Amino acid sequence: MTICNACRYCEGYCAVFPAMERRITFSDADLNYLANLCHNCTACLDACQYAPPHEFAVDVPRVLAEIREESYRHYSFPHWYGGPVALILAISIAAFLFAASRLNHATMTAVFGTAAIVVVGLMAGGFMRFWKESQGSLNPTGLRYALTLKYLDKKDGRRVFHHLTFYGFLLCFAATSVAAFYHYFLSFEAPYGYFSVPVVLGTLGGIGLLIGTAGLFAVKRTGSSFLVLLFLTSLTGLLLLALRQTPAARPVLAIHLGTVLTLFVTMPYGKFVHGIYRLGALLVGPAD
Amino acid sequence: MRVAGAYPEDEYLADLMAVTGGQTDEELARLAIRESANSTTWMRSHGARFQPALGGTLHLDRTNAFFLGGGKALLNSHYAAAEKRGVQVFYNAEVVGLNLSGGVFESGAVKMEGEQRTFRAKALVAAAGGFESNLEWLKEAWGPAAENFLIRGTPYNKGTVLKLLLDAGVAPVGDPKQCHAVAIDGRAPKFDGGIVTRLDCVPLGIVVNSQGQRFYDEGEDLWPKRYAIWGRLVAQQRDQVAYSIIDSKVLGRFMPSVFPPVRGESIAELAAALGLPVDQVECTVKQFNQSVKPGRFDHKLLDDCRTKGLSPAKSHWAQTIDTPPFFGYPLRPGITFTYLGVRVNTQAAVLMQDGRPSPNIFAAGELMAGNILGKGYLAGIGMTIGSVFGQIAGREAARVCI
Repeated sequence: MTICNACRYCEGYCAVFPAMERRITFSDADLNYLANLCHNCTACLDACQYAPPHEFAVDVPRVLAEIREESYRHYSFPHWYGGPVALILAISIAAFLFAASRLNHATMTAVFGTAAIVVVGLMAGGFMRFWKESQGSLNPTGLRYALTLKYLDKKDGRRVFHHLTFYGFLLCFAATSVAAFYHYFLSFEAPYGYFSVPVVLGTLGGIGLLIGTAGLFAVKRTGSSFLVLLFLTSLTGLLLLALRQTPAARPVLAIHLGTVLTLFVTMPYGKFVHGIYRLGALLVGPAD
Repeated sequence: MRVAGAYPEDEYLADLMAVTGGQTDEELARLAIRESANSTTWMRSHGARFQPALGGTLHLDRTNAFFLGGGKALLNSHYAAAEKRGVQVFYNAEVVGLNLSGGVFESGAVKMEGEQRTFRAKALVAAAGGFESNLEWLKEAWGPAAENFLIRGTPYNKGTVLKLLLDAGVAPVGDPKQCHAVAIDGRAPKFDGGIVTRLDCVPLGIVVNSQGQRFYDEGEDLWPKRYAIWGRLVAQQRDQVAYSIIDSKVLGRFMPSVFPPVRGESIAELAAALGLPVDQVECTVKQFNQSVKPGRFDHKLLDDCRTKGLSPAKSHWAQTIDTPPFFGYPLRPGITFTYLGVRVNTQAAVLMQDGRPSPNIFAAGELMAGNILGKGYLAGIGMTIGSVFGQIAGREAARVCI
């Protein structure tokens, strides 16, 4: 990074470089902040005169990716990152299949409600730890940079696929919220028609997630278990919608719920948290 | 170009005349300056992205525009634009022979992955750089001093194409000893240290040679107009090395190089750490400090801080060196590119030894920069020549082909 600070030709690419230039020495917290600010677009690597095979062998995105991964562990509680996702997935699907005949709305709400509260609490804790260490003042324009992915400026479609994934996820979340509102406040119970608000939101979100996650896999040629879970969640969800009036509905529902529960419980220890710390890093002032 | 302030043609030309001592082809120089305004548009339309003047405290008025990501990003975007238009690019391919007949290009021999292939073409654009990475050739011009030169760019600029063209009867231009040489951090790697080895602290302190003595006016003119003479100045010192000495007052007023400065709590300690004769350096600094006249320091213009009765004088930005800790950077000549090249006309066509232009050989970049740069350097002129004559050469070559 001393090399970057002496060169500075990349400072127009993203917020990482101007933020780097405000520092002369780098503490662990600084590095975690910079690492989470990096969107891994690799524009700086493509431009770098000192990239391998140069003897300086500068590769900022790779170094920051390694620090970032380590920072996910550092800010989580307990200090985990990654885990036996496939095993958890298998267990939860098996559990739902086993309980399929006895599944009712109350159990589902209890299971997912508890999971949601714990998960949100754990992730909020991580965010607070990150925020405290980064010692930033709030810079609200960071929210816009996060929502528009201003710094994910790569011409391979990554930004579009990420938008489809992220906003697809939000639409699914909205669908669930509307359905919950219908259920508790309007006493209007599922199943809802194909053109009802929750189903339309969920379908659009599911399609967005399918295309977005598949696209991200294609352009990155790799992906996290979180990405796989998102893909499976939307796939099983859409399948459920298609098959909901057939005898296959119950097992498919069980598989879908098992997937969603796995998605939930692994969230604080998987790639999902990149969004939390990325948002945090973008919100840390001063404005760039 | 997007510069920190406009730079009118006549002023630029006058500055160019001054640095080259009149050794410039005025017609070509005017063409380069005038066309540079259009070349930015052309570059942008082929993928280049400019960025505002870089951060930091470098004095950037009247210098070049900056590319987002630097030169490699610029070339990546141009290669991408070329490939999109169906241009085939061969990498790891070295031109090893040119076949000319009476000033007309017929074919070229290219070594690709150990195999030699022959390319026939209706036109040739030579844009293969100078001979700055060819230490043997540099030694022919400079003698053994060249051993101590550092080469700022790629180790592959061996001057092969330049030599092939000159051997085939193309008229040479420029002196093999002339080049764009700046004083860079002496700890830089032999090749390809690039931009991070630059040092801008010369005007802010004093520069001594290995005997601990000053040898040139560090505050002669604004740094963008003077930084390029320091490579030669250092090259003329014993062992081709010099040392910039500053005090804590000026920290933060220049872009540091990638290497941390050598530090000392006293001048004596610093001199010892730099391996310089301690008594002489102390004496040089003392003499300098006693000659500094009071003035109003302003790093951004030719201020009135100067020495009196000192030889060599320091004409601007002279401040006493008295605030510890003191810092020093070793300086070595960093060769950017050489000026010996091929003579061209306004169509970028190379001229043969009898003065006639070749109908189908064109040259661009460092290979012909010597037409405009007889000696000296002016910030941004290398890029200007490269981009303007690159476009002209390409256009004229296309005209020959269709």
